[in-house]
Amino acid sequence: MSVEARERRQPWILLSPALTAVGLLLFVPLMFIVVYSFWLRTATGADQAGFYFDNWNEALTDPFYRDILLSTLRIAAITTIACAVMGYPAAYFIARARSNKALLLLLLMLPFWISYIIRTMSWINILGVSGAVNWLLLNLGIVDEPVQMLYNEPTVILGLVHFLLPFMVLNVYVALEGIDISLEDAACSLGSTRWQAFREVTLPLSLPGLAAGGLLCFVLSAGTYITPLVLGGPTDAMFANLVFEAIITQLNWPLGSALSLMLLAVLGALVLIYNHYLGMAQLMKGLG
Amino acid sequence: MGWNLIRIYTLLVYLFMFLPVAVVVLLSFNASQFGSFPMTGFSFRWFVELAQNEAILRAFQTSIVLGALTAVISTTLGVLASLALVRYEVPGRNLISTLLIAPILVPEVVLAVALLLFLNFLAINKSFFLLLMGHVIFTLPFVILVVQARLVGIRRDYEEAALSLGASPVQAFFQITLPLLAPAVFAGMLFAFTISFDDITGTLFWKPGGVETVPTQIFAMLRNSISPEINALGTVMIFLTVGLPLLGLAIARRMAMQRGG
Repeated sequence: MSVEARERRQPWILLSPALTAVGLLLFVPLMFIVVYSFWLRTATGADQAGFYFDNWNEALTDPFYRDILLSTLRIAAITTIACAVMGYPAAYFIARARSNKALLLLLLMLPFWISYIIRTMSWINILGVSGAVNWLLLNLGIVDEPVQMLYNEPTVILGLVHFLLPFMVLNVYVALEGIDISLEDAACSLGSTRWQAFREVTLPLSLPGLAAGGLLCFVLSAGTYITPLVLGGPTDAMFANLVFEAIITQLNWPLGSALSLMLLAVLGALVLIYNHYLGMAQLMKGLG
Repeated sequence: MGWNLIRIYTLLVYLFMFLPVAVVVLLSFNASQFGSFPMTGFSFRWFVELAQNEAILRAFQTSIVLGALTAVISTTLGVLASLALVRYEVPGRNLISTLLIAPILVPEVVLAVALLLFLNFLAINKSFFLLLMGHVIFTLPFVILVVQARLVGIRRDYEEAALSLGASPVQAFFQITLPLLAPAVFAGMLFAFTISFDDITGTLFWKPGGVETVPTQIFAMLRNSISPEINALGTVMIFLTVGLPLLGLAIARRMAMQRGG
C-alpha cells in the first residue's frame, strides 16, 4: 500500500470505534424506537409488532399529555429567562474583573463537579419544614409553626435554575471574553454613556453566547424528570416524568417510545433552529 | 456606582450557587439526631454511620467500578477519534464532529429509552453491561471536546522526527505521541469519570433491580426523609468530585511544567 493510501485510511481507522459506538448505541436505537412506537402493547404484556397508530394517537391527542408538554415548555422558558437575568450580570462582572478573576472562574466551574442530585436535594435543607428558613422564621417569631414551602412548581424552577445557572454564566462569559474591551471605550470617547456603550456595542456582540446558554438551559430543563421528583409535588410532573412512568412503571414501551420521540422532536427542532441561525461553534466553545 | 452594584449582584449569584451546598456540608457535621437546624454540636457520627451502611458502601463500589470502566473505554474511543479529527484532513469533518457530539444534543431521557429498548430487543436485559454502554455513549462527546481542545496545542513535528529517524509508527506512537498526549488523556478520563459518577437520569433507566450507584442510592434515601446521613454522603461526594479534579488539575499542571522546564 502506498504511503498516500495509508495516510488516507488512517483517520478512518482511528474514527471507526467511536463512530461505531455512536451508531450502535445512539442512532440505531433511535431508529428502533421509531419502529417500536408503532407497535402495540397487548394485555398479555408481550408487544405486538406491526404498524398501529394507537400510541401516536394517544400521545398527540390526549389533553393530559398536551397539557404536561405545555407546562414543561413553560417551566423551561421561565428557567431559561431566570438564568439569563441572574447569569448575565455575573458573567459580565467576571469578564471585566481586574482582580480575583482566576478565583471567580474556578468557583464558577465548581458547581459542574458537584453532584446534581446533591445540589437539588440541598434545597430541602433550606426550604423544608425543618430547614434553615423555617428555623429562622420560627426563631424570629414571624410564624408559629413551620411553613411548607417545598413541593410546588416554583421550587422545581428554583432547583432547575440552581442547576443550570453555571451553564448560562459560562457561555455568556466565553462570549464576553471574546469582545475587545476597547470597543466600549471607543464608544464612550465618541460621546456615548457607559450604559449606551454596553447596550449598543457589548450586548449585541454577546448575544451568541446568551443564545448558546439559553439553548442549553432550555433543553436540559425540558428534559429533566429528577428535579420534579425531588422538589415538586404530585401534580408537578414534567414531560420526561411521563416517559419514565410509561417505560419503567407501566412497562408500556411502545407508548413510551412515542412520548420520547415527541420530546425529541420538540427539543430537536429547537436545536436545529439554533444551528441554522448560529451554528454549533458557539455551543462547543462553551462546552469545551 | 454601577460597577459596585454589579459586584454585589455577582456576590449574591455566587451565594445562591454555593450556600445550599455549604449547608449540606455544615449539617453533615451536626450532632443532632435530626438532619436539620439548629446545629447542636460538632460530630463525625454521621460519617461513622455512613461507613457502616452496607448499601451505601456497595453503591460506592458500583459507582467507582462503573466510572473507572467508563473512563477507560470512553477515553480510548475519544482519543482515537480526536486524533483523526485534529491531525488529518478528513472529508466531511464537520458532519463527523456533529455525529460524535450527537449524544449530548439528544435529551438524556430519550437516549436512555432508545438504548434500553434496543438492547432489550437484542436480548441484552438491564444489566451492568447496559449501564456501562449507556455511560460510555453519553460521556464520549465530552471526552472528545476536552481532548480535541488539548490536542490542538500538540505539534506533530516530534512524531515526524521520530519516524524519519527510523522509528516504526507503533514505536513513535507509544514513545513520542502518547507521552505528549498524557495530559489530554488524563483530562478526558477525569471528565468521563466525574460525569459517570454523577449521572442519575440515564442510570435510573438502565440499572438492574437491586443495583444502586451513589446518586440513585441518595435518590432512594430521599424518598424516605432527609437524614443527616444523606448530608454526610453528600459531603463525601462533594469532596470526591471536587477534590479529584482539583488534584488532577494540579498534576496536569505539574506534568506540563516538567515538560516545559
